[in-house]
Amino acid sequence: MPVTQFLILAAALFALGIYGLLVRRNIVLILLSVELMLNAVNINLIAFESMIRSSDAVGQVFAVFVITIAAAEVGIGLAIVLLIFRNRKSANVDDLSLMRW
Amino acid sequence: MDFADWASETTNWVFLVVGLAVAFSAFRVVTARNVVHAALFLVATLAGTAVLFLLLSAEFVAWVLVLVYIGAVIVLFLFGIMITRAPTGYDKGLDADKKLWPAVLSVATFVLLSWASIEAFGSETIQGVGEPTSTETLGLALLGRFVMPFEVVSFVLLAALIGGITIARRDLDPIEEEQRRAV
Repeated sequence: MPVTQFLILAAALFALGIYGLLVRRNIVLILLSVELMLNAVNINLIAFESMIRSSDAVGQVFAVFVITIAAAEVGIGLAIVLLIFRNRKSANVDDLSLMRW
Repeated sequence: MDFADWASETTNWVFLVVGLAVAFSAFRVVTARNVVHAALFLVATLAGTAVLFLLLSAEFVAWVLVLVYIGAVIVLFLFGIMITRAPTGYDKGLDADKKLWPAVLSVATFVLLSWASIEAFGSETIQGVGEPTSTETLGLALLGRFVMPFEVVSFVLLAALIGGITIARRDLDPIEEEQRRAV
């Protein structure tokens, strides 16, 4: 199996994540796009690991770390979304212009 | 490598089918007009990714992905969608009006990354298809060479746990707090 097909798929997922991040207005959907990008990075890490086959599976260890950090990020992110929603009655980023000049 | 070589490997066809499904559901994640549908399409994307991980002989990471993402993160997302009372039906105001530049930027990123990948790794192949990395290897690496980052990550998780509770907790009214203290 050529490794490039996995890399191109990961590039597509990453690009779609960027698109979603810029286009979406709802904070929860923006977080979904971030997950998509992290997932693309995971595919790259696993593909490179299968390509070089290091003795202690470095790529897979890194992917596990990325998954862990992503889980922590979603927890904190949704807590912030919850707080914003409670204070401003909206989960729309266009409404959060208080700190913009 | 020409197409005949490529087509002679069964795993390539598995990749083609799963990869197209993953790409399609990822596309729907960012274009779906319904918030819940977007989250459920992310489930499809992640499930497809887990299959790709199995194909790339990363069995442990594939099941970690299924457990952590599909099991926990998506539930958290659905919880977040429900609790913020996001428009769960069809909604027009979900996306920004100007979509051209994000689309251009995203296509440019895709082209650049693909070009760089092909230039750098065009002739490389996946080693040892069907020989999964044992969980033992991964466990020894996590608690041996990577024990320090492992501990740091566990601390990050603890901090995220406490932080999440602290941020999302509803603060009591000063008056209410006074009454509570009096009792």
